[in-house]
Amino acid sequence: MKAKNKKAVSYNKWGYIFLLPFLIVYVVFQLIPLAGTIYNSFFENYRSGLSQVGPNFVGLDNYVSLLSSGDLFVYFQNTMIMWIMCFVPQILVSLLLAAWFSDPQLRLKGAGFFKTVIYLPNLIMAASFAMLFFTLFSDSGPINSILVNLGILKEPFRFLTVKWSARSLVALMNFLMWFGNTTILLLAGMLGIDSSLFEAAQADGASSTQIFFKITLPLLKPILIYVMITSLIGGLQMFDVPQVLTNATGDPMRSTMTLIMYLNKHLYSKNYGMAGALSVLMFLITGVLSIVVFKFTQSKNQP
Amino acid sequence: MKKKMLSIILAAAMTAGMAVMPAGAEEAAPEEGSVFNIYCWNEEFKSRVTDHYPGYEEIDATTGQIGDVTVKWNITPNDDNAYQNNLDETLLKQGTAAADDKIDLFLIEADYALKYTDTEYTMNIADLGITEEDTAEQFGYTKDIVTDSRGNLKGLSWQGCPGLLIYRRDIAKDVLGTDDPAEVQTYLSDWETFLSTAQKMKESGYVMTSSVNDAYRVFSNNVTSKWVEDGAINIDENIMNWVETSKAMVDAGQTNTYELWSDDWSKGFYTDSNVFCYFGPAWFYDFSMAGDTEGSVGYDGGWAVTEGPQSFFWGGTWICGATGSDNPSLIKDIMLNLTCNPDIMTEIAKADGDFVNNKSAMEALASDESFGDAILGGQNPISKFLAGIDSIDLSNLSAYDQGCNEEFQNAMRNYFEGNATLEEATDLFYTAVVEKYPELTY
Repeated sequence: MKAKNKKAVSYNKWGYIFLLPFLIVYVVFQLIPLAGTIYNSFFENYRSGLSQVGPNFVGLDNYVSLLSSGDLFVYFQNTMIMWIMCFVPQILVSLLLAAWFSDPQLRLKGAGFFKTVIYLPNLIMAASFAMLFFTLFSDSGPINSILVNLGILKEPFRFLTVKWSARSLVALMNFLMWFGNTTILLLAGMLGIDSSLFEAAQADGASSTQIFFKITLPLLKPILIYVMITSLIGGLQMFDVPQVLTNATGDPMRSTMTLIMYLNKHLYSKNYGMAGALSVLMFLITGVLSIVVFKFTQSKNQP
Repeated sequence: MKKKMLSIILAAAMTAGMAVMPAGAEEAAPEEGSVFNIYCWNEEFKSRVTDHYPGYEEIDATTGQIGDVTVKWNITPNDDNAYQNNLDETLLKQGTAAADDKIDLFLIEADYALKYTDTEYTMNIADLGITEEDTAEQFGYTKDIVTDSRGNLKGLSWQGCPGLLIYRRDIAKDVLGTDDPAEVQTYLSDWETFLSTAQKMKESGYVMTSSVNDAYRVFSNNVTSKWVEDGAINIDENIMNWVETSKAMVDAGQTNTYELWSDDWSKGFYTDSNVFCYFGPAWFYDFSMAGDTEGSVGYDGGWAVTEGPQSFFWGGTWICGATGSDNPSLIKDIMLNLTCNPDIMTEIAKADGDFVNNKSAMEALASDESFGDAILGGQNPISKFLAGIDSIDLSNLSAYDQGCNEEFQNAMRNYFEGNATLEEATDLFYTAVVEKYPELTY
C-alpha cells in the first residue's frame, strides 16, 4: 500500500519537472517584465539627449496625463476600426474557404496546394510586406500607373493622404496576412466535427446551407471564440504594418496611429514611465475586452 | 606601513618593467590600442578615408588597416534614429567597455551636434594636440556648430555645406529661355520672383520643386530664434513663412508634399520627370542625386547651380573623438590629414566634388577655370558657395533641432494636403515634440 502511494507521488513530481522549462521561461521573460512594467509606470524616467532624468516616483501622474490628453482614446478607436475592417472580411472569407475545403462532396483538387498558398503571406515579415505596399501604392507606383493608363483615374490617387484609403490599406494587408491562418484554424475545427452528424442531416434532407448554419457553426463556436480572442489581442497590438506604411507618423492626422505606435513614440526618449503606464492600460483594455468577448459568446452558447 | 610597502613594491615593479623594455622603445609613441572603432551612418566618410588617408588599406567592407591598427567600421543607417540610438547605448557604456570595444571616433550632424558636443563624451580638439593654427583655414561656421557651451571646440569637419539652388538646364532653357546661372538667378533672386517663376513652370507643365520640404532648410536656417527657448517650444516667424509659401505652392500645384528621400521625391533626379529645382549643398548633388546612374539628370551633366533666394546650409558631417579612446594620436592624425591638410583637401574637392573646409584651397579652386563638376555640366560652383558661406548664421541652433524639424514637416504635411487646419497641424506638432522630448512645454 505504502509503496504504491510513493510511486504515485513520484509520477506527480515528473509532471512538475516537465512544466519547469516553461515556467522558468515564463517567469523570466513574461512575469518579471510585466511586474517591471507596472513598477516603472509610477516613475518619471526618461532620457534627454545623453542625460538621464529620474527615475523619480510620481505616483499616478503618468496615468493622469495619458488619460487627460484624450489622445489615447483616439488611438484606441483607430486600432479597433482597423481591426474590425480587417476581421469581418477575414472571418467571412475564412469560413467560406474552410467550408469548401472541408466539404467532401466538392472534391476540390489541389486543396493542399491552396492551403499552403493562402498561408504564405503570413510567412512574409510584416515590415517588408508594408514596404511592398508602400511602393505599390505610392504616387508614382505601379497601382497608380495601371489605374491612370487604363483611364480609370485622370491623375494618381494619393492613397496614403486620405484617411479611409490609408486605413483600408492597413486592413487589407492584415487581412491578406491572416486569413490563411484563420482558415487553417477553422478548417481544423470543422474536420473535428463528427461526420455522422452531417450524414444524418443529409439523410433527413437538409440543404448544405442548413447544414452549415445548424450544424457546422454551432459546433464550431469554441474555435470561433478562440479565433476571435486571439485576433482581437493581435489587433490591439497592431504595429508593424501601419508603422512602416506611414513612416511612423500615423498620417493623415494620426488616423492610422495605433496604440502600440503611440507606445513606440515614447521610446524615442526612453520614456519608461509613460510607456509603462500605457502598457498597463493596454493590458487592462485587452483583459476586459477578452472577458467581454468570452462572456458574450459563452452565454449565447447556453440554452 | 602597509601602504608604504605596497608603493615600494609597485615602484619596483615599474622599474623592472622599464628595464625589460627593448632599446629604442623610448622614441616610439606610447602604446595605443590595436582596434580603432569608427561609428557612422553611411559610406561617405569611409570612402574619404579609403581614398585620401595615407596608409589606409581596405580589408573588407567593414574593416581596414592603418599600420598595425585594425579599423572597424560600425555603420548604422540614420533611419528611425537607429544611428543615434546605437551610438548612445555604446557611448553610455564607454566607461566600462573593454579597450578594443570602446568607440574611438564617431560622426555627427549639425542637427543634433549639441547633443554630443555639449557633453563629456566628446574630446576637446585642443586636448588632442590640434592647435588653432591647424584649423585656421577652416570656415568659421563649421567650428561654431561643434563648439560647446564652454567655448571648447569638440569636432572638426572636412566639408562645408553651404547650399545652392540646383536647377535643370533643359527646363530653364525651355521656360526661361536661358540656362546661364547668372541669368537664371534673376528669376529666383527672392521669394517673390521665385513664386512667379513657379507659376511659369506650372503653366509649362513643370513643378518648381519636388516637395515643399526642399525649401524648408532655406527658411529654417534664416530664423531669428531657437526651436526651444527657456524650455518651451517656439516656432520662429520665418518657419511660419515657409508654411505660408508652401501652402500657396501646393494649392497652386507648383510642388508636392513628399517626404525627403522617398521614391516619389527623388523621381525628379531622373530625366523623365518634371521637377525644375532642388535645394542642396555640394554633397547633395554629388552623393545623393544618382549622378552615376544612367538616365539621371546628373549623368548627362544636366544640372546647374545658382544662389537662389536666400543662403542656407544643409547637413555636414563632423568628426568627434570619443572620450576614453585608446588611440588619441590616430584620432589626431586622421583629423589633421582629412580636415586640415590643404593638399588632401584639394584632392577631395577635385576627386569627390566636396566643398571642402579649407578657405585657401577653395579660393584657389574657385578661380581655377579647368575645375568643374561633371554633374553640373562642367560648371565651377565654388565661387557661388563661397559667396554664401559668410552669411551662414548659426547662433540659433539648439539640441532639439532634429526632432523639431522632422516633426514640424510631418505635422504640416497634413495641413498642406488639406487633412487639417493650420491650428490642428500645429497642435499635432506640439504633441509629437513633447512625446520626443518630455521635458519641453508649449
